[in-house]
Amino acid sequence: MINKLKGLFILICLFTSPAWCAQDTYHWRSTDESTRFKILTSELRCLVCQNQTIAESNAPLANDLREQVFKKIQQGESNKQIIDYLVVRYGDYILYRPPFRSSTLLLWFGPFLLLGFGLFFLIYLVSKNKRD
Amino acid sequence: MSLIKKISFILLLIIVSGIIAVLGRSLFLDPNRLPSTLIGKSTPALELPSLFYPDKITSNKDFLGHITLLNVWASWCRACAEEHAFLMELGRYEYLTIYGLNYKDEKDNAKKYLKDHGNPYKWVAVDPKGQAAIDWGVYGSPETFLIDKKGVVRYRQVGALTPKVWEESIRPIIDAIRNDQ
Repeated sequence: MINKLKGLFILICLFTSPAWCAQDTYHWRSTDESTRFKILTSELRCLVCQNQTIAESNAPLANDLREQVFKKIQQGESNKQIIDYLVVRYGDYILYRPPFRSSTLLLWFGPFLLLGFGLFFLIYLVSKNKRD
Repeated sequence: MSLIKKISFILLLIIVSGIIAVLGRSLFLDPNRLPSTLIGKSTPALELPSLFYPDKITSNKDFLGHITLLNVWASWCRACAEEHAFLMELGRYEYLTIYGLNYKDEKDNAKKYLKDHGNPYKWVAVDPKGQAAIDWGVYGSPETFLIDKKGVVRYRQVGALTPKVWEESIRPIIDAIRNDQ
């Protein structure tokens, strides 16, 4: 009985191995291409489940977009070409790293601006205390 | 209170209320409704076999000359069933032509669905793998594009096209197009 249970336990462990969770397998001609794929898909946002990247998400759209990225790498397109292709269709929102342009200036510099205000305020208070 | 103190207090108040206003506003925005990058641009190609006439190839050129709704739908999609009766109603307007983009569906299921619920579409383009939908920036179904007579995308609805959406967002644009073009 105990032996059977042990066997069952081992069997369960085998079936929960991460290999069973693998989503889709792509056949790569070089490790360089598969690395590019990994980097690209982990920088793109899945638009259905927005806090996941295309690499992580199981949503059908994420699957389709992974497929597109795969195809385009195979066709010899550069990272920039692939990202531009997706941004034209889905907008900046698909990028996890927002691009640097006039409409996103506040996003990039806002924190430094606030830090500046804070420092200014702190110096003001300290110098005022000293005077008093 | 000294003048400097007063000024810095007011400045602080403005900054803090500004931050609250910006962050507070985002509480009421729906992050699932993303703006379409196609607004104000010509329609992407839509060359696909037609559902009922597989020899015929659909084209985005068919949209020229009239006001068009392109509805992305599937027989498996629940929200599509919700809006279907309203699409049938809209089909009565003479100035409006409705086309369908059948998204990741089985042909037989799609045909049966239209037989059971009625067919509001002039033609239905079949996109079983969702490839053409990517060119349109579609990220789920249903989605509906409003296209003017010159073939320019004017509005995109993500999710069901309800009478409320129609009255508030789509009809005003259609009225403007009819006055203009």
